[in-house]
Amino acid sequence: MIAAQALTDMAPGFADLALDAQRTFRRLMDSMAKPGRVTDLDVLVSPPVPGFEAAGAIALALLDFETPVWFPDDADGRRLANWVRFHCGCPVTTDPAAAAFALAGPHNVPQIDHFNAGDAKYPERSTTLLIVCPALVGGAAIDLTGPGIAEPLSIAPAGLSAAFWGAVAQDRARFQLGVDLVLTCGTQIVGLPRSTRISPSSAKGK
Amino acid sequence: MTIANQSNRRAYNYAYLDEQTKRMVRRAILKAIAIPGYQVPFGSREMPVPYGWGTGGIQLTAAIIGPDDVYKCIDQGADDTTNAVSIRRFFARVADVATTERTQDASIIQTRHRIPEAPLGPGQIMVYQVPQPEPLRGLEPRETETRAMHAYEEYGLQYLSLYESVAAFGRIAGGAGYPVLVDERYLMSPSPIPKFDNPKLHQSEALHLFGAGREKRVYAVPPHTDVRSLDFEDYPFEVQSWDEVCGLCGCGESYKDEVILDDAGNRMFVCSDSAYCGDRRVAGHAGPMAGHALDGLATGDDNTDDDAAAVGIEA
Amino acid sequence: MAYVSVKGGERAIDNAHRWLDEKRRGDPGVAEIEVAQIREQLSLAVDRVMAEGSCYDPELAALALKQARGDVTEAIFLLRAYRTTLPRFGMSQAVSTKDMAVQRRVSAAFKDIPGGQILGPTFDYTHRLINFDLADTGPDTKATLASKPLADQMPTIASVFAHEALLETPEADPADGSEPYDLTREPMAFPAGRDQRLQALARGDEGFLLSLAYASQRGWGNTHPLCGEIRMGNVVVEFQPEELGFPIEVGEITVTECQMISNFEGSAERPPQFTFGYGLVFGHNERKAMSMAIVDRALRHAEVGEAPAHAVQDEEFVLYHSDNVEASGFVQHLKLPHYVDFQAELQFIRRLRREWQAARAPGDGLSEAAE
Repeated sequence: MIAAQALTDMAPGFADLALDAQRTFRRLMDSMAKPGRVTDLDVLVSPPVPGFEAAGAIALALLDFETPVWFPDDADGRRLANWVRFHCGCPVTTDPAAAAFALAGPHNVPQIDHFNAGDAKYPERSTTLLIVCPALVGGAAIDLTGPGIAEPLSIAPAGLSAAFWGAVAQDRARFQLGVDLVLTCGTQIVGLPRSTRISPSSAKGK
Repeated sequence: MTIANQSNRRAYNYAYLDEQTKRMVRRAILKAIAIPGYQVPFGSREMPVPYGWGTGGIQLTAAIIGPDDVYKCIDQGADDTTNAVSIRRFFARVADVATTERTQDASIIQTRHRIPEAPLGPGQIMVYQVPQPEPLRGLEPRETETRAMHAYEEYGLQYLSLYESVAAFGRIAGGAGYPVLVDERYLMSPSPIPKFDNPKLHQSEALHLFGAGREKRVYAVPPHTDVRSLDFEDYPFEVQSWDEVCGLCGCGESYKDEVILDDAGNRMFVCSDSAYCGDRRVAGHAGPMAGHALDGLATGDDNTDDDAAAVGIEA
Repeated sequence: MAYVSVKGGERAIDNAHRWLDEKRRGDPGVAEIEVAQIREQLSLAVDRVMAEGSCYDPELAALALKQARGDVTEAIFLLRAYRTTLPRFGMSQAVSTKDMAVQRRVSAAFKDIPGGQILGPTFDYTHRLINFDLADTGPDTKATLASKPLADQMPTIASVFAHEALLETPEADPADGSEPYDLTREPMAFPAGRDQRLQALARGDEGFLLSLAYASQRGWGNTHPLCGEIRMGNVVVEFQPEELGFPIEVGEITVTECQMISNFEGSAERPPQFTFGYGLVFGHNERKAMSMAIVDRALRHAEVGEAPAHAVQDEEFVLYHSDNVEASGFVQHLKLPHYVDFQAELQFIRRLRREWQAARAPGDGLSEAAE
């Protein structure tokens, strides 16, 4: 039983290491350059926890021995950690401030200010936080402005509390520091780099 | 013996760089996009071309390119300059991509010193080869000092330098690599593009990635981002213009190369952007020197004078 | 005379490369040089290419020298560009120079030291007279074998001083087992740790370090160096795979090590003692190892309370400019076309000239100048 579970958890990674990683990265780059837009990664990987398809593909595309990664300390988090460590050889850290990347599920979105926001001289030494949402629509509307956004834009990902968005807004207020966010659901992603200024939508309310 | 056995059989990875190096470059690109105009240090590798030949741009292209891309490479605005030809050939070989000279058809445009004249569209990526990423380096040689200036947004030294040039020359000096402020936060060198091209960065539809291999820095301007060339209210930023039109296509608005025709001081001006000029000529535009020998060269006709170029003599 | 702008197509590049190949080969009537000949008979050039190329492989370094037509900097570049494509398996154990199979070992500090002075294969006391006999096939000389073998271990100069604490103790390895800085994977960062500095110097250009060391000796940041010890020979390289738990030997390399001793008059915290600068390079290269040790010591000014006043004591200056692959590339890239930026300069200078001339023209020019 345990062996069978472990075997399932070692579900394969990219079919084509170079090209799948390239395709995944390219779409991620596009969504960080154009924050707020929903992009489908269109890459087939099956991490051991359903719903983490896009987050898993991004992990495979970007993580290796140079990138400490943080997972929630729960059953899903540990299964994902094993899968990612198996494919990427990355160190897993329990200290969010030491994490280059972090993957969190929809049920336990962590405190954003526990992660590394970089320092004034090296703001890039910050955590990139991937959050898997129950859906990328249907939640409270959030207005976005900033680089990469031509016209004011709203997103409404589900499962994220007002307190979470309040913490993100505070994080954004200290640019050039900040945690870069990627919201995902299934194979879809929305980029929210620290340069994106956010506010609760005035038009649609909560 | 062992060496002979492995010679020329060694297969390089797709797009030359190994996957770990690509991941490292890709992580740096994402941070560069998240902090527009900030120079992200990255573990730049030795490339098979020398530092100064575009090692930063090549690493960026290698990290982003895929088989569905259409790749254009220009140097000084032209597709047929030797180093542009060499780099284009490199990627055609190692990344199995289609190449083009048409700006509109390219998904990735690698460049040294120019932004094409044709407007860039959404989804296009400009990759710049950058010799010196630090806009303040000419004013302060120490990295430790300039890093602090960026950290605390202390750009007084830059404004002082511009002011001094106004005092000395009656205008702001600097024709290429003219400093810009990105999203009203980071001072950035747009690479040695002429200031003529600076306005094309402002609220551009395209993503702009800058790579400095020797200095080991990556920085970015996302699409739809404010990019302001520094100036003063009473000495506003201005770009170059020419009294002459392009000798070949008659264009009056483009950036010009000056071509020396003889020892008697005769010269002609032609579009620096060879693809743009070629498109115009195909569309029927003609300049005062239409039909000149350069006509064939500028359209990238590979058979003209190549042998002369190879042996470095004049025809 | 009409000028043709140099615009090269693919054929131009191919033609240039073919000509380069012909030049490399030289007169086909002369036998082609073999890589093994370079490796065996130009071994000091091979050593330098390996050291600054950061890749210990005499065969490849010799091939690079052949391909580069003997241009050492170009050969270093070739080896670097190859090295960077190799997968990284991990970090070796630190080599133990105490256990070196010594070929040469001298100290300028003492007349004799434990283990003895070993002159070894050195140019030091050769008379620099061109040996015309070598124009033909040289003599097949064999070195004389010593009557008794050298000691297996030779104490380093540090241990000679140890019981009196006269020489500073070298820094211990970091207790946390953290890896040393690796410039091949991370860019230069400041302030630089000594690990980063020593790696940069070990890869650095021999000529640049030689000149810095020399300038320092002449007063531009003098550390009053004395050659405590220089040794050259083979050391074992060991690697410990994660899953194995004990190190395995992966090979032997030749290295040259130099400990350069400097006075330190003492401070409120530290008693007077000798400090040292350290040099270690691949292969046999005493000029480089000694220069490196002098520059290393000069860069340690803060540790011994010296006020930095000279280039050799400035880590940004030294480390940023010691790499000849970077330096050679940036200097030589000025050959590439710059006519877009030059056109911008031309416009600017022409405009300034017009104004300059107008200001000096008789009549209204004067009033304009007076504005």
